[in-house]
Amino acid sequence: MSKKLKAVIIGPGNIGTDLLMKMMRSDWVEPVWMVGIDPESEGLKRAQEFGLKTSSTGVDGILDHIIEDDIRVAFDATSAYVHAENSRKLNELGVIMVDLTPAAIGPFCVPPVNLKQHASQLEMNVNMVTCGGQATIPMVAAVSQVQDVEYGEIVATVSSRSVGPGTRQNIDEFTRTTSGAVEAVGGADKGKAIIIINPAEPPLMMRDTIHCLTKTTPDQAAITESVHNMVKEVQKYVPGYKLVNGPIFDGNKVSVFMEVEGLGDFLPKYAGNLDIMTAAGLRTAEMFAEEAYKGEITLPERG
Amino acid sequence: MDLKGKNVKLHDMSLRDGMHAKRHQLSLEQMVAVSTGLDDAGIPLIEVTHGDGLGGSSLNYGFPAHTDEEYLNAVVPKMKNAKISALLLPGIGTVDHLKMANDCGVSTIRVATHCTEADVSEQHIGMAAKMEMDTVGFLMMAHMVSAEKILEQAKLMESYGANCIYCTDSAGYMLPDEVTEKIGLLRAELNPNTEIGFHGHHNMGMAIANSLAAVEAGAVRIDGSVAGLGAGAGNTPLEVFVAVLERMQANHGIDLYKIMDVAEDVVVPLMDQPIRVDRDALTLGYAGVYSSFLLFAQRAEAKYGIQARDILVELGRRGTVGGQEDMIEDLALTMAKDRGLI
Repeated sequence: MSKKLKAVIIGPGNIGTDLLMKMMRSDWVEPVWMVGIDPESEGLKRAQEFGLKTSSTGVDGILDHIIEDDIRVAFDATSAYVHAENSRKLNELGVIMVDLTPAAIGPFCVPPVNLKQHASQLEMNVNMVTCGGQATIPMVAAVSQVQDVEYGEIVATVSSRSVGPGTRQNIDEFTRTTSGAVEAVGGADKGKAIIIINPAEPPLMMRDTIHCLTKTTPDQAAITESVHNMVKEVQKYVPGYKLVNGPIFDGNKVSVFMEVEGLGDFLPKYAGNLDIMTAAGLRTAEMFAEEAYKGEITLPERG
Repeated sequence: MDLKGKNVKLHDMSLRDGMHAKRHQLSLEQMVAVSTGLDDAGIPLIEVTHGDGLGGSSLNYGFPAHTDEEYLNAVVPKMKNAKISALLLPGIGTVDHLKMANDCGVSTIRVATHCTEADVSEQHIGMAAKMEMDTVGFLMMAHMVSAEKILEQAKLMESYGANCIYCTDSAGYMLPDEVTEKIGLLRAELNPNTEIGFHGHHNMGMAIANSLAAVEAGAVRIDGSVAGLGAGAGNTPLEVFVAVLERMQANHGIDLYKIMDVAEDVVVPLMDQPIRVDRDALTLGYAGVYSSFLLFAQRAEAKYGIQARDILVELGRRGTVGGQEDMIEDLALTMAKDRGLI
């Protein structure tokens, strides 16, 4: 038996295609199917060129192939509106769902913070929060792992070109989901998230600011070490994750300034916000594969 | 210039843009004193919100002395004739804040985006229009793009349900000809029932001249603040603008002496620093930088020893937009490292 988990990507757009390119290099996940709804779409054609099987009739078009092709993991890069149905149909067949939409019907997953826990429990649907969440919540967690954080605030600044119509039509969803995850995953008692879209040309690299208010005087040495360690953890799957300044301390306020450069697979390098989503999604599936290979978890039985 | 008989609706910014100059620390008593004075002077519309709009309360922009809800609940019931507006920046505030403001009795919602990003305002403008509020689309940093681009973005906001569109000179960069061109194109091309507004800053000393140009080109709503209490070198000083409109025989509906007295007796005494075109405020206008960056850059200068002017010029060069206050400390740290100061 191959150690690789076979995968389907739903949504052949920018995110799905970038994810595919990363997945083709993976030792743990093998892309088999690309699913879309438009037979003429560029994304499906590209996937075919890369040797994938494709379906243009949505998730329904591949349900009959899941068992025979031994598909174990799915990535949903469509929209929150259709995710719940996609997830239900595939979960029923024993496919683990990695949710890259804002639907968030499963628990939030930020790999260096709580992926291990989700994988060990064989969580069948995990949600990748938001781009801003992936870039900042590791830093909130780095502080809250040292001492209690009563307030965590993140500011994500992204280039206009990297923000698609879905995010624009429901920008409140970014704000709510990210602030919720700053609390639930980051460990802050209260969270706040701000997103700024900048149209400068050439496009600016994604940048993120993280502020935490600690309950007691911050232990500067311990927090600084924790932040540096966490940066290294994220760099394992996003090499362009960079600490620009900080942590700096002002009373009980701890501030960290980050920049995220993408790998430039399908999406341009400045779109670190999109890259960190696809990289985190893939990292998540890889962890499930590793745990299954080591026998730490047992994938759903197949007849 | 002939503005005789033109109607101008003045919109006061002292209690919203002025919050930047006060680091969002106005007391409820000060809010009530200013707003009742303005109401008595005949100002029809007064904005009351955190400087960065509903939900602006944050480490990034500053925690205010009171919540938006507390300010609104203090001011709205005290108004005899004036209506109250609130500002909302998508990405900072959400429709939940909008509903809260509506519940507090706010009549006008102004949804503000960067001048090229109007499509993030659809859900907020749509919701405000659905609640039958006076709904304004507010295009910030309008000096950064062409008149045609402003029009394209204005049409988006209009299509979402805005009944008024603002051309906003957030950096105080524009000169009158640019105001004439942009307001004129909006007036010519938008729905005739859509009102046009102009929001100026005095960083280049042009706020009065620009506001007059806006009225001449077809704007009916003009923002200003008493004694100029606002970000940067302040907004169009309302008492001055009223006196000018009076001389030009435009219809403004304001009691000049009363608004002069609010400026002198109520607003000037509560200022933390004089609101004037100092070298840093002038740099905002000259370099085209968002006016509320002023105090942040001055604080970074005090902390890291990099001149505020140098920081602001670099922020302008990098094309920063409204809301990027976090960039200021980050940049100051980088500049201080490069110069061997830290």
